Amino acid sequence: MKKLLASTALALALTLPAMAQDYVPDPNALSGGNITVTYKDDVATLDPAIGYDWQNWSMIKSLFDSLMDYVPGTTDLRPGLAESYTMTEDGLTYTFKLRPGVLFHNGREMTAEDVKYSLDRVTNPATQSPGAGFFGSIAGFAEAMDGSAKGLSGVTVIDPLTVQIQLSRPDATFLHVMALNFSSVVPKEAVEAAGDDFGKMPVGTGAFSLAEWTIGQRLIFSKNANYWREGVPYLDSVTFEVGQEPVVALLRLQNGEVDLPGDGIPPAKFTEVMADPAQAAEVVEGGQLQTGYITLNVTIPPFDNVAVRKAVNMAINKDRIVQIINGRAVPATQPLPPSMPGYTEGYAGYAYDPEAARAMLAEAGFSDGFETDLYVMNTDPNPRIAQAIQQDLAAIGISANLQSLAQANVIEAGGAGTAPMIWSGGMAWIADFPDPSNFYGPILGCGGAAEGGWNWSKYCNADLDAMAVTADSMADPAQIADRMKMWSDIYMGVMEDAPWVPVFNEQRFTMRSPRMGGDDSLYVDPVSIPVNYDYVYVTE
Amino acid sequence: MAAYLARRLIESLLILLGVSFITFFLLYVLPADPVRQIAGRSATPETVQIIREQLGLDQPFIVQYGRYLGGLVQGDLGRSYLQKTEVAELVWSRLPATLLLMVAAIFCELLIGVTLGVVAALSRGRPLDHVVMVGSFVAVSAPQFVVSLLLLYVFAVKLGWFPIGGYGTFAHLVLPALTLGLLGSGWYSRMMRSSMIDVLRQDFVRTARAKGLTRGRVILRHALPNAILPIIAMIGIDIGVFMGGIVVVESVFGWPGIGQLAWQAIQRVDIPIIMGVTLVSATTIVLGNLLADIICPMIDPRIKLR
Repeated sequence: MKKLLASTALALALTLPAMAQDYVPDPNALSGGNITVTYKDDVATLDPAIGYDWQNWSMIKSLFDSLMDYVPGTTDLRPGLAESYTMTEDGLTYTFKLRPGVLFHNGREMTAEDVKYSLDRVTNPATQSPGAGFFGSIAGFAEAMDGSAKGLSGVTVIDPLTVQIQLSRPDATFLHVMALNFSSVVPKEAVEAAGDDFGKMPVGTGAFSLAEWTIGQRLIFSKNANYWREGVPYLDSVTFEVGQEPVVALLRLQNGEVDLPGDGIPPAKFTEVMADPAQAAEVVEGGQLQTGYITLNVTIPPFDNVAVRKAVNMAINKDRIVQIINGRAVPATQPLPPSMPGYTEGYAGYAYDPEAARAMLAEAGFSDGFETDLYVMNTDPNPRIAQAIQQDLAAIGISANLQSLAQANVIEAGGAGTAPMIWSGGMAWIADFPDPSNFYGPILGCGGAAEGGWNWSKYCNADLDAMAVTADSMADPAQIADRMKMWSDIYMGVMEDAPWVPVFNEQRFTMRSPRMGGDDSLYVDPVSIPVNYDYVYVTE
Repeated sequence: MAAYLARRLIESLLILLGVSFITFFLLYVLPADPVRQIAGRSATPETVQIIREQLGLDQPFIVQYGRYLGGLVQGDLGRSYLQKTEVAELVWSRLPATLLLMVAAIFCELLIGVTLGVVAALSRGRPLDHVVMVGSFVAVSAPQFVVSLLLLYVFAVKLGWFPIGGYGTFAHLVLPALTLGLLGSGWYSRMMRSSMIDVLRQDFVRTARAKGLTRGRVILRHALPNAILPIIAMIGIDIGVFMGGIVVVESVFGWPGIGQLAWQAIQRVDIPIIMGVTLVSATTIVLGNLLADIICPMIDPRIKLR
């Protein structure tokens, strides 16, 4: 009984804040209409277990639902397909009560079996999901991934509307994981009928369903009239036109043919658009959970010397780099972006001081500088940024040769550990979910430093790794402040070792047609890029 | 004729085999791992290894290539690594758009290039000749990205005569075809001019004139068919050039062809798509050349196929 009481209290603590801040429907919202969104690239897939680029991420969000969700325009969790949930005191067992009467697009009612099937599917190696690693804390994950067990032993169906998930370790980020697209609930019969083509014929419970897909031309999403959330979506349909060059998309927007250029305002046109008050009024600016950084490979001399890494940190003129991209970013002082919980307020980072940098380099025994390679992805503006970095380094005597390569080749060199320095632009880390732990493990932790991992500095600090494990086991919501303090300390520890030069945090600029309505926050939604299609509307 | 065709077809198959081998080999030695692209940034080394085995990418080169060829002879181009879709479906759904654009562009370049070339040849040394030659020089040198945006801005945005990119109607086709055609017309007008000047010097033209035929009849009936031969042979080669330019033009005009598909696949090391597009493009080029070689003797009976 005591345990039950405790878990009920916890459940309240967990659900109440989210419920209290839930989205207030827009009183001015109008129903109906269609918007046209453009993209340059074709949509790769709409399978929620596979899709992992910023283009299909928000599309999949509108076609599917997960147990958890975010309040539109914010990073606050709210229940999704789960009506409520409880967590045991030890943080190891979550019980989700599902919303009754939720229908898939094919008309069948969603049940706990579908939740289990979906989680088993995403962690089945045959699915080749790039998101499988997120489910590592669920009991039976290792066995599911190496094929020795069929499905996750930790996921149990209690009754048609109750599913229980057993963890092998407490995981403070677990509810965020349950809000990822990879956790989307899919109907088994539709997946099996479509086979490998499920990504082209998706069936979910989301606010929209896929009505048409003409490869290379357009996709049309139409409103799910049976959507379980009252009153949304407002739009009758969304048309995605693909294969559109961003410059052309902007011309068409100015001509009234397009509502949202999905690739944003092209860099070459940015100043022109912002200088015109009429157009600038249709641009919404917001933060982004993104950091652009330079990795310094701690296994390659002379970057194995912390003094050299600190000197490089002091040599980089971040303000100038921000100018190169027309001020579309803010200079960074630390790995976490400012809007991420756990960000250390008031920390100044390594200030730009070439004199001090040169002195520090001399002290470390490199008064004549040295020669090294800086890897960079070969699309604008990254080579220009790399040139600025090159000049800054030259000013303290370091001669960096630019290796400007295709994205895949830079990632390969980074993973293999052969690149002394990498400018992360074009491949920079954007958070999968708004939690500080997402910026550590794969890109700064020891796990990511393995061959082929995304920790391109090959930095591995066992003490910080241990702290990260402790922080992520603090699943009790009452410990949230302590947990964030701990994460702040971890990133300060990282800065002390200086494996990165944090350069900037990109800002988002979403441009829309004048007829589009809805709160500005929807247009810079942290989890739905460019917008949250479920909540925007048109005014005519 | 039949023996000639058979020999040429066998040659073509060997060329395609060579293309498939070279492309496959280049993709194999490329310092970029497709498995990393599939597995994503949070994958464990074990996951990466499992995916590598599932795709057979842990096998030696010759085994991988053998498997690919095995599928190919059965008409199976494989599935995209990242989209999981059949490559054949992706390519076939886009190929008609590319072929349509190509045919329209060839029509444009012939029409513009041959006309201007003849005009320049007839007014050789006079101002009109110089204007045409400078114009063709500009057309050859102008980057297609700039030309396409310029045409789009003037004729679609400012004048509103054509839609701003897209696919579907004849109006959508005009600007991209013109962009591609302008480049070729620059070459063709120069070739046509010199070829026409050569032919106009020939004895049979003088004879025709001496017989008292009209100037128009001499040029159109006697000189032109002889002067145009090098151009026809050139079209076959030109298809290769088109395949390069089409990537840019398709992307600016939002034309749903295979150029865009190739570009996206290369960015992400999606080997089955890159292979599929390369082979289909190579087949188009090889067939185009074959066709040009077959057409030539129809225009000039002196040429014999052997």
